[in-house]
Amino acid sequence: MFRFALRRLISGGALLFLITTVAYALLYAGGGDIARRIMGPNATQEQVDRRAAELGLDRPLWEQYRSWLGDALTGDLGTSWFSRQPVLTEVTDRLAVTLSLVVGATVLATVLAVALGVLAAVRRGWIDRSVQVIALLGFAVPGFLIALGLVLLLAIELGWFRATGYVPLAHSPGEWLASVTLPVLALSASAVAAVAQQIRGSVIDALDRDYVRTLRSRGLGFRQVVLKHVLRNSAGPALAVLGVQFIGLLGGAVIVEQVFSIPGLGQLSVQATGNGDIPLVLGLVLVTAAIVIAVNLLIDLCQAALNPKVRLS
Amino acid sequence: MTQETAARRHAPGRGRGLPARLLANPATALSLAFLFLVTLVVFGGEPLAPRDPNHSSLHDILVGPGGDYPLGTDGAGRDVLSRLLVATRISVLAALLALAVALLLGVAGGMLAGYYGGWFDTVSTWLTSLVMSLPAIVVLLAARAVLGPSVWLSMAIFGVILSPVFFRLVYSLVSSVREELYVDAARVSGLGDARILGRHILAVVRAPIIIQAAIVTSTAIAIQSGLEFLGLGDPSVPTWGSMLNEGFANIYRAPMLLLWPAVAIALTSVALAVLANTLRDELEGGARPAGGPQTAEDGPRETAHAPVRHRPEETGTGRELLSVRGLRVGYRTPAGVREVVHGIDLSVDRGEVHGLVGESGSGKTQTAFAVMGLLSRGGRVLAGSAVFEGNDLLAGGEADRARVRGRGIGYVPQEPMSNLDPSFTIGSQLVEPLRVCLGMDRRAARARALGLLERVGIPDPERTFSAYPHQVSGGMAQRVLIAGAVSTEPALLIADEPTTALDVTVQAEVLDLLRDLQQDLDMGVLLVTHNFGVVADLCDRVSVMRSGHIVESGPTREIFRDAEHPYTQSLLDSILDGGSARGPLAPTDRKDVDR
Repeated sequence: MFRFALRRLISGGALLFLITTVAYALLYAGGGDIARRIMGPNATQEQVDRRAAELGLDRPLWEQYRSWLGDALTGDLGTSWFSRQPVLTEVTDRLAVTLSLVVGATVLATVLAVALGVLAAVRRGWIDRSVQVIALLGFAVPGFLIALGLVLLLAIELGWFRATGYVPLAHSPGEWLASVTLPVLALSASAVAAVAQQIRGSVIDALDRDYVRTLRSRGLGFRQVVLKHVLRNSAGPALAVLGVQFIGLLGGAVIVEQVFSIPGLGQLSVQATGNGDIPLVLGLVLVTAAIVIAVNLLIDLCQAALNPKVRLS
Repeated sequence: MTQETAARRHAPGRGRGLPARLLANPATALSLAFLFLVTLVVFGGEPLAPRDPNHSSLHDILVGPGGDYPLGTDGAGRDVLSRLLVATRISVLAALLALAVALLLGVAGGMLAGYYGGWFDTVSTWLTSLVMSLPAIVVLLAARAVLGPSVWLSMAIFGVILSPVFFRLVYSLVSSVREELYVDAARVSGLGDARILGRHILAVVRAPIIIQAAIVTSTAIAIQSGLEFLGLGDPSVPTWGSMLNEGFANIYRAPMLLLWPAVAIALTSVALAVLANTLRDELEGGARPAGGPQTAEDGPRETAHAPVRHRPEETGTGRELLSVRGLRVGYRTPAGVREVVHGIDLSVDRGEVHGLVGESGSGKTQTAFAVMGLLSRGGRVLAGSAVFEGNDLLAGGEADRARVRGRGIGYVPQEPMSNLDPSFTIGSQLVEPLRVCLGMDRRAARARALGLLERVGIPDPERTFSAYPHQVSGGMAQRVLIAGAVSTEPALLIADEPTTALDVTVQAEVLDLLRDLQQDLDMGVLLVTHNFGVVADLCDRVSVMRSGHIVESGPTREIFRDAEHPYTQSLLDSILDGGSARGPLAPTDRKDVDR
């Protein structure tokens, strides 16, 4: 188990290195053009060159990368070209906001998906068909459309929630909850659909297993067998789908944060992109990739822990 | 030519009358109609636009629908209808560009990698995890930061990001087909690799690719409109997403502006998803929803209208433990209920071993499951009674049956490995029923489980107790299952082919164990088997079952001496040829048949 974790950790680190290298190469390959874009079409060539030199863009790409990497390993991801703040500070300031949205959506999606999936698998009939339709809609309709619908209906028409803005948890837990409810709902829709579909499938599969009959033959109730044995055996595939959905949630947060004007990583990405703030964009890519790799690692470990064949080897 | 027909048969896409079947489903027909409409707008909509989509008139800002502007104007005074028509063209074509790029890279790469194998595998795994490590929108934002706004460029990049979807699909299909006989035959007959790939292998992967293409297009539309909605697109190019952005800016003043692009995006995505779903059902034979309502529990509802009931008094003999009368079992199929047990009578006395013998498919196992109320999904008792210790199990509800299971009736299954939950230790699976049924505390249940493991002849009970099912042998697992079945001291043990899946040497030991336990605990046993050797060894009485009927029943000795029914006779002949009393009739062969 320990060796398994170590191996996954090393390959995760290698993957992160690979991603940042590729991202760096692609983002900085423009060289002089980058400075031109910052300075605008009216600047003289001399001004552009001076700016390029200031930003270190006149050096060979390889050298730029080496010094960036050296700094990055000590925790310095450079300075934003626009706010002049360290990239790391900019990013970590926003990280908690986005993570609270994404984790909230993950928890909500898991709870709803397990309930819907198990219900559909056990009851079948019209409940099953309704869950299938919900799953199809949740899968097909983009999350931000759902977000827009929620804003229009619940915030603007009915006025139950605030349409935009974010209140930090430390400021007021009640208002924080009110400000994240709609974003979390909108964000979780597609994950609920995907995970519920998976749970439904694996529960139907597991219900047909021989051991379910055998356990029931010993006098265990159907409900108990489903909740303990069937669910446990369905957890692995569901967790894999949840892992993929988590990446989707991080991406969805970019747009949902924009809809609800929530100051998270997504909003920062949009600003950085609009400004062509390349160090910040690179920092965001790095942090997002690190989160995804960490979550995948966590899921791999959970999978291993769930599966005795892996755990014991 | 034979290879070609084989390949054709392999191609799931060649269903006859597929369009007709698709149109028969109303949701699919609607989706196809809508997608057809979208296609018309994409290829012929631009000339229909009444105005220049980018012409803004400062006099006509946010005009409502009607008059000069059928759908009104937006915040810059541009005609919404014209913009919608042009945006449809651009949005859909850009999404199709993403699809084209993904198809080109994914299918070509997957076919080559799957066909030639080797290092492609490693490289592709890494590339896939590389691409999967970032949300697509973050990659597209980064690309936008460097390359500037262009919906075409971002969709081309998105195509690259999506290509692993096709790559993995095609790769796995091709590498599984590569070794198929008809591909070998094509190779032997001298067809070049390119022709094999193009002709035989493409035929196999076509259907899944079409399904995936619908899903990918829908994803591309979603991500594209999301990106454009962020306001990062080219302002001079109208798309569904940029129209949403415009509408969102005016959400308080003119919420209707959001409606048109939102409806276009949602309907297109849903139509594509519905189409993909139906295609999957049609082409891949996926699970269709069953015709009628189903419950996993064959509960009270399913036995409620059993028309025939036998009174227990009529047949009671005093010693009788289980008395089955007129039992009919049916399974729901698309063509109606198919009856597999046609009204059988059967009884087991206290302390008696009753053999239920017959070939596979004769309905023996279904009889056993029906008595316990544990028929598989779709199965139900159509008629009859099963009186156990004075109560008709089939008349009561699921709760009554659940109470009898365990304490009243124990069950030893056929296949040891699949009957243990792989995720829990053997010990916990033994302890759980003891605690639930007998209300024992943790310590007492554990002690009893360990005692049982020892009793069934497991050499190191402690180790087996904390082992997982995959860590023990089949023979050990069967002993564990027997221990589990007798752990609650049932009066009746139903053993369904308890030795069929085991090695011949282990079979004898397990039979000895069953006989010992039966005598120790004075249990009645209903022994389901196809093996007359086992019957001769263990049973007091025997019932011979064939095609859902009991053809003959009586004391074992008499049946062996003087079988009346020709079927029984033929079964007996087949073992007596070979010899010994315990001689199982070619158990390994039978095992294969019996699955």
